[in-house]
Amino acid sequence: MSSFTAEAVGRLAGPPWLVRRREEAFRRFTSTPMPTVEEEVWRYSRIPELDLADYVPFVDRAPGAGIVPTDLAAVRERLGHCSAVVVVANGRITHVELDDAVRAVGVQVGRLTELDPEGASLGSVTGEATNAFGLLHDAFNADPVLVRVPAGVVVPDPVVVLHWTDVDHSVTCPHLVVEAGEDSEVVVYDHGASPDVDALTLPVVELHVGPAARLRYVQAQLLGPRVWQLGRQVSRVDRDAGFSTAMVALGADYGRLEIESVLAGRGSSGEMLAVYFGEEGQMHDFRSLQDHVAPRTTSNLLFKGAVQGHSRSVYTGMIHIGKDAAGVDAFQTNRNIKLSDGAWAESVPNLEIENNDVRCSHASAVGPVDEDQRYYLESRGVPPAPAERLIVLGFFEEVLERLAVPAAVPHLRAEIAAKLTRREVSGVGAGA
Amino acid sequence: MQGLRAAVAGKEILRGVDLRVRSGEVHAVMGPNGSGKSTLAHVIMGRPGYEVLAGSITLDGVDLLALAPWQRAAAGLFSAMQYPTEVPGVALADMLEEALVAVGRGGGDVAGRMRREAERIGFDERFLSRPLNVDLSGGEKKRNETLQLGVLQPSIAILDEVDSGLDIDALRLVARRVEAETEERGLGVLAITHYRRLLKELRPDVVHVLSRGRIVARGGAELADELETTGYAGYAESDGAGPNRERPDGDGPMNGNAR
Repeated sequence: MSSFTAEAVGRLAGPPWLVRRREEAFRRFTSTPMPTVEEEVWRYSRIPELDLADYVPFVDRAPGAGIVPTDLAAVRERLGHCSAVVVVANGRITHVELDDAVRAVGVQVGRLTELDPEGASLGSVTGEATNAFGLLHDAFNADPVLVRVPAGVVVPDPVVVLHWTDVDHSVTCPHLVVEAGEDSEVVVYDHGASPDVDALTLPVVELHVGPAARLRYVQAQLLGPRVWQLGRQVSRVDRDAGFSTAMVALGADYGRLEIESVLAGRGSSGEMLAVYFGEEGQMHDFRSLQDHVAPRTTSNLLFKGAVQGHSRSVYTGMIHIGKDAAGVDAFQTNRNIKLSDGAWAESVPNLEIENNDVRCSHASAVGPVDEDQRYYLESRGVPPAPAERLIVLGFFEEVLERLAVPAAVPHLRAEIAAKLTRREVSGVGAGA
Repeated sequence: MQGLRAAVAGKEILRGVDLRVRSGEVHAVMGPNGSGKSTLAHVIMGRPGYEVLAGSITLDGVDLLALAPWQRAAAGLFSAMQYPTEVPGVALADMLEEALVAVGRGGGDVAGRMRREAERIGFDERFLSRPLNVDLSGGEKKRNETLQLGVLQPSIAILDEVDSGLDIDALRLVARRVEAETEERGLGVLAITHYRRLLKELRPDVVHVLSRGRIVARGGAELADELETTGYAGYAESDGAGPNRERPDGDGPMNGNAR
C-alpha cells in the first residue's frame, strides 16, 4: 500500500476545491477497510485476489495535449461524424474536439475543472463514496470530464469519450459527468480500451437526466486481458425524462460495474441493457439497481451474457420500489449462455417493493445453447461450431440492435465473433 | 432404409420400416396421427432424442446413421420441418452461407439465390431479412423451408407436413417448386402428410401407409385417393396393440435452458 500516500495525492494538480476533496477522500480511505467477500455486495467478486501493493497511482504530470493513441484513432474513425470527442489517456484529458454548431448552442464538453470552476457537478449524482474503492477513486480522480447540454438543445451526433490505459501497474480513476438539461437530447458513447497491460482502473460515471430530457449512454469495455476494472455508474432521472444505458463488456481480466439508476421524477423511464462475454479466465461482474423513487416511473432491464473457456459472470440485480412510487412498471431480465463445462455464470435477481400499486417482473436463466436452435441449424448443414457462433451472435443481437450508437455496433459485433472464432480454433467448440 | 426401428424416451415408435426413394421419385408417407410419421422424419435427419434400435439408412451408399445431422445434410439430405424452430437474431442468409461453406460451395450469391427462390414460391422478400422463423406465420415458415431447399439443392428431401398452414395457392407454388427440383435435378422426395391435399399438387409415384410404426400398405397415387374416402380406420386396427399416440414434433427433448 506504500504508494498510496497523501504525498502522491498531493502531486495531482487541480483547483483548491478539488485538492481538498481528494485530501478528504484519502483521509477517509486510510481508515476504511477494504471490502471482503463476507459482504453481500462483494459475495461473488474476485476481490480477495486484489493486492493494491501491486499497483501505483498514476500521478505523473499530464501527458502532452493532442495525444490520441492509434487504437482510439481507429475507434474515432469508425464512428463517423461526432458532435464532440474527448480522449482520456491514463485518467487525463489529452484531446477535446467540439463541433462548432454544437458549441454555438452552448454545449460544453471537456475538462470539468475549467467548465465548472466551483465543481458543483462533481459528485452531484453519486453523492458520497460508499466504500474504499469509491474513496480511492475520489482521492486519485485526476482530471474529470464534463458533458453539459443546455435546456432544449438536441445534440445531433454522439458525444464520444474515449478512455485509454497503457501504463503497467497503474491505477487510474477516470470520472465522467453528463448533465442533460431540461428537454435536451444527447447520446454519449464511452469507449474504454487498453493494450495488454497489468492495470487497475476505477471509473465513475454520473448521468443527470434533467426534466423531460433524453439521454442515451452506451459504454463499450474493451480493456486488455490483464486489466482490472471496478466501476460505478449512477444516473438520476428527473420528471418525464427518458434514460437509456447500455454496456458492452468484452474485455478485462475482472470487470466489475455497479449500475444504479434512480428514477427520481414522476413519469421518468429508464432502460438498462448489457451484453457481456467472457473467455479464458475473464470474469464480468454486474450489479444493477433500478430505484423507483417517484410514481408513474418505468424501468426495463435486459442483460445478456455468455461465458466460455473457464470464464465466469455474475449478475446481481435489484428492483427497488419506494413507498411513494405508485403506478410503477419495472422489469428485469437476465439471460446467460454457458458455452463450456468449465465456465460459470450466476444470476441473482431481487425485488424490494414498498408500494403495492406496481407491475413488476424478473426473469433469469443460465443454460447451454438452445438444443432445438442448434439442431435446426445443423439440419441445414451448418457444423456445430459455426452453428453455435451464429446462435450466440443472434442471442446478443437483441441488445446490439438497440444500441443508440449504431456506428459502434459492427466493431463490437466483430469483437464478439472473434471470441467465438477463437473458441472454434482452440477446439473447445461444441462437439458433434 | 431397411428394417428401421427407433424409440423415443424408451418407447419404440418405428418397428421395422423399409423404404427406397430413388432420384426423381416422389414418395408419400401417409398415416393416422400417432403412426410414427414425424418420428420417421426426425430419425432420418438425426434429431437428438430419437434412438435407432436397429436397421440402416443409406444415401448413395453413405451410412447416414453414422453421421451427425449436419453431415447428413452435407451428404445431400434435407428435412423440411413440420414446426421450424425460431432462432432469434440469426439471419437466413448467414445460416445458408455457413451451410454452403461446409460443403465447399460458399462465397456465392446467396442473397440473389434467396430472392429468386422467394419469387418462385410467392414468399414476400421482406421476410428474408427477419431472424430465422421469428414472427413468421405457419405458412410463411413452410415457404421459408421450401426456399432453403431451393438454395441448398439436396439430393433427397423429407417434407414433414409441408402442406399444413399453407393456403391453396401457396400449396400449389410450393408443390410446383418441389416438383421442378425432381424433374430438373432428380431430387428424391419423401413427403409426409396426413391429408391428400398436398398429393393433388405433388403427384406421388409411390404412396406408403404407415400405421403403428410399420408400413402396412403400398400403392400408387390411387392409394391416396382411396384413403380419402375410406380413411385410416382399416389400417389403424391392423395390429392389436393399444392406443399409440405419436409424440408431437415440437415436444422434443428439453434443452438445458430454463425458460
